[in-house]
Amino acid sequence: MKVCVSSSGNSVESTMDPRFGRAAYFVIADTDTMESEIIENTAAASGGGAGITSGQLMVDKGVEAIITGNVGPNAMNVLKAANIEIYRGESVSVKENIDKFKKGLLEKITNTVPSHFGIGVQGGQK
Amino acid sequence: MKQVVFISGKGGTGKSTLVSSLSILVQDKMLADCDVDAPNLHILLKGKVLKKDDFFGAKEAIIDSSTCIRCGLCRKTCRFGAINEEFEVNPMKCEGCGACTLVCPQEAIVLEEVKTGETYVSDTSRGTFSHALLDIGAEGSGKLVTEVRKNIYNNKKDEKWVLIDGSPGIGCVVIASITGADAVVAVSEPTKSGLSDLERVLGVARHFGIPAFVCINKYDLNPEVTSQIESFCESNGFPVIGRIPFDPSIVEALQEFKTPIEAGNSNVTNEIAGIWMRLVDELDKLKAN
Amino acid sequence: MRIAVLSGKGGTGKTTVSASLAVSVPFCQYIDCDVEEPNGAIFLTPEIQESIPVKVPVPEADMAKCSACGYCAKACQFHAIAVVKGKVLVFPEICHHCGACVIACLNDAIREVERTIGVVEVNGDGTFLQGKLNVGEPVSIPIIRELRKRMKKDVPVILDCSPGASCAVVQSIEGCDYCVLVTEPTPFGLHDLKIAVRLVRKMGIPFGIVLNKASDSSRLIHDFCRDEGIELLMEIPFSQEIAESYSKGVLPAQNDDFWKEKFEKLYEKIERGAGK
Repeated sequence: MKVCVSSSGNSVESTMDPRFGRAAYFVIADTDTMESEIIENTAAASGGGAGITSGQLMVDKGVEAIITGNVGPNAMNVLKAANIEIYRGESVSVKENIDKFKKGLLEKITNTVPSHFGIGVQGGQK
Repeated sequence: MKQVVFISGKGGTGKSTLVSSLSILVQDKMLADCDVDAPNLHILLKGKVLKKDDFFGAKEAIIDSSTCIRCGLCRKTCRFGAINEEFEVNPMKCEGCGACTLVCPQEAIVLEEVKTGETYVSDTSRGTFSHALLDIGAEGSGKLVTEVRKNIYNNKKDEKWVLIDGSPGIGCVVIASITGADAVVAVSEPTKSGLSDLERVLGVARHFGIPAFVCINKYDLNPEVTSQIESFCESNGFPVIGRIPFDPSIVEALQEFKTPIEAGNSNVTNEIAGIWMRLVDELDKLKAN
Repeated sequence: MRIAVLSGKGGTGKTTVSASLAVSVPFCQYIDCDVEEPNGAIFLTPEIQESIPVKVPVPEADMAKCSACGYCAKACQFHAIAVVKGKVLVFPEICHHCGACVIACLNDAIREVERTIGVVEVNGDGTFLQGKLNVGEPVSIPIIRELRKRMKKDVPVILDCSPGASCAVVQSIEGCDYCVLVTEPTPFGLHDLKIAVRLVRKMGIPFGIVLNKASDSSRLIHDFCRDEGIELLMEIPFSQEIAESYSKGVLPAQNDDFWKEKFEKLYEKIERGAGK
């Protein structure tokens, strides 16, 4: 199975980057052979767009699941449309995250984060 | 590492002065200036630039005049009026969308990446500092902000905090400054324009789901508007974590390139220290929930 | 005569100067181009008669014709389209309305639909205009373009620009006869003033400087003007009184003949500077 971990550095030993669209690197790995490909995330756009490009990249690379911290609403739309599963990783290395994923220890994310959290967000304004 | 972004709907409310003051009081942190249009933080931080990189933040159409047959299709297609009658591209108007490249029958137009600014990582006595400068009138400031924030990640050691000086307004630069941050502190002032701008910028923070706090600068300038701001914040769930008095000595200190803290203004120093304590408290409360 | 009032740094008194000009120059038109934070109305208290939505075209795919080839997504330089498993996803907030996707589509499957990103508001006789960008929208240029379309031809036009030297400012000041740069005597003010000076020089527009919050203790801006050979048009002193009345939405020129005269003089200097 082909999985992708958002990474703060360019190796499987690097710590996972908790951001998806704006992650520094992506590590795409085959969970069976552990062959991996490292891609620098050049996705960027004014204000938004990083999540969309990153999402499209996952689709184009044939990734079946991603492991990351937060997925914004735009990226979520792309990933959902492509039926790519999303798992919440931990702030350990990419490799350790993949190991945990294989053992089924990572939680699946279904809703977009962080749409609303924190204090009093149900108040007057949107 | 927690990222705290200081923003203000309206410019000139004292954002950079507050951030540079906090840069003395808060330990174990990095600093960043995301106001790439008109960065100011470096003036008071007086750091040494360790790393400087050109930033290619936009694309621009280039017409090859030797193959161009002046058919005019590109001019007709361009929605930004960026191509003149001589078939030259005005870089200030070109958005780099590439529509012209798609219609040119001669394939005489290409999109080229252009330098739109510079990024810097500086060493200062108060921590590593990531900043940038956008070229005059250039496009892609949001993208440059993203780069400044990327440089925080690439140069962090084990700091607990990042203090980020945001930019004024509510548009793309501000959105790029605050997405994914842990907290936003909106610095406001009690003027009629200050209140309406504050409402708009807090709306942006809420739109992106980031916990937001408010600090009222020059609060004694207009007690009536100050209480309006306070009741707005109260009824919308934005904690007010600081009130800084109007004090001409703050400006006098600035003229000497000093923060109020360095100038030994103990009133203001205590208030700013209090702002940070209250912010840390509020964030702990959030975590506990 | 078109006069743009700008400042590298926010909060230096751009709106104070432009709105004061608006009340001092007879028959002029005032346009608030700071669409992210329009503030002129607070001082000029116009009666808004008309509110015109600003619409931009965004793509929509006709799935009956679409072959999911992905050319539209590739053509979009702003990453506003993704093509995923036979579906076309459009992200309208990021769209720059350039139409490249329409051209790139092989099957004529993309049409453009209108989407509102803000408003232009006008008073009864069209002497006051302001634009407002909706919260959460990143792209402000179309609103500025819409405002500029409504500039009057035969009266003085005063454009209150957004802070900084970004593309929005370029769009606002293009084709103006004169630029007034407002600054304050702090290192921040000077630093950002230099940026604004470079911008107006690059665009070849005549300009002068208004020093706000001036104090006797600082010659920072005076020295800069002297060294650069720039005209210092006017000084407004740093005073708690002016700051307090500003906070209540009252301009110095509104109830004080002394200041009204000062701004009339400023306008004369601007006319001379623009060579008109």
